[in-house]
Amino acid sequence: APENIFPRPSAGSGRVSGLSTPRKRARLYSFPWVPVAMVGPAPGGGSPLENANPLIYRRSGERPVTAREEDDELPDSIDDREIFDLIRSINDPEHPLTLEELNVVEQVRVKVNDAESTVVVEFTPTIPHCSMATLIGLSIKVKLIRSLPERFKVDVHITPGTHASEHAVNKQLADKERVAAALENSHLLEVVNQCLSARS
Amino acid sequence: MKDSLSLLARIPAHPDSRCWFLAWDPSGTLLASCGGDRSIRIWGKEGDDWVCKSVLGEGHQRTIRKVAWSPCGSYLASASFDATTCIWKKSQDEFEVRLSLQSVTWSSPSHILTCPRGSQQNKCCSGLWDSAACSACRTALIAVWCIAGVVCSGADPSWKCICTLSGFHTRTIYDVAWCRLTGALATACGDDAIRIFEEEPLSNPQQPTFALTAHVPRAHSQDVNCVAWNPKEPGLLASCSDDGEMAFWKYQRPEVC
Repeated sequence: APENIFPRPSAGSGRVSGLSTPRKRARLYSFPWVPVAMVGPAPGGGSPLENANPLIYRRSGERPVTAREEDDELPDSIDDREIFDLIRSINDPEHPLTLEELNVVEQVRVKVNDAESTVVVEFTPTIPHCSMATLIGLSIKVKLIRSLPERFKVDVHITPGTHASEHAVNKQLADKERVAAALENSHLLEVVNQCLSARS
Repeated sequence: MKDSLSLLARIPAHPDSRCWFLAWDPSGTLLASCGGDRSIRIWGKEGDDWVCKSVLGEGHQRTIRKVAWSPCGSYLASASFDATTCIWKKSQDEFEVRLSLQSVTWSSPSHILTCPRGSQQNKCCSGLWDSAACSACRTALIAVWCIAGVVCSGADPSWKCICTLSGFHTRTIYDVAWCRLTGALATACGDDAIRIFEEEPLSNPQQPTFALTAHVPRAHSQDVNCVAWNPKEPGLLASCSDDGEMAFWKYQRPEVC
């Protein structure tokens, strides 16, 4: 279990990937999509990345507008797609890519119940020992808390079976007090805000 | 069960923030609330209204998580996410900071606050220690514990679980409170509701059964963080929530359970 629950991204505690040695990626799950491109390590070196060669996935297109949604008389209820639209463009802390492009979040893993005001989001770290998992989960949670009406209960957890410390990470993300205290840490808040900032 | 818990007043205690905790002073006339806006507010009743008597804003740099009164009612302790504890002294209607402590531990009698710096012990507040203690937890169960056997002098008594209440709460239980005057048990839950339980009149003290005697589903618009019974006025309950509001309730045990 990670000792420091919200690690600074600059203190790389994950595996160092050498440019010359081939990387072995353990897959605990299989994706239904076909990877579109592979990204190599950033030129010029810099601090070692957690996952230097992540798979990138194609983004889904714009949402088709239904006739019911165009009718101004009927209120729109919040659905899975709307939540997904909120979180898909969150930036990964390490790469210039979004969580959607890395398949960390998928629409099928978002469950919303507007009537009961609950949102459940499962996210999948790209590698099972990713030390950014808590930070990514926190970013998703913060984005939703900031964007949704206050009545919503937001649960964010790791897709089962995809992370070595998923129980510990889930427990921290579910701890309201811990999350509140972490967000009062100005350094961590800055990192989270960077993940949530829109990319040009 | 209907109307056994009725709303008396709703106050925006910590606007634009969340209210984390409430504590009645020993005389039951003042209520201290603390919150995410880094302030403590002291509330008192004037006529029929609850008004804010003081705002203690300068003590902490971050969220204040809990406050507690000393048994004499002259001191208030506050604990914050900035890793400090402040002791406030009450004089007349004003409060001032007497001490700011870096790291604090509770000693084993559980009512003496000690600080590693210096040898002074400051009597601050007594914990909620009763012959039956209650624990709430994330998995939405309440376990009722009682001291087993006879307490030998010097040895720590052992506790055994005598009752579990499950299936009532749908989300994390953030707080439980026994009323010393009536024996009622109040709970604050993440599903925005307040529930009250009472021990069945004819239940075996070694294996008690509890009944749900009050349930307010939308007590607040967000998670209820704390419930606190007034120590002098039976049935008066205060609650606070993530929506920054504080509410006062009147509990009347229903005639037929």
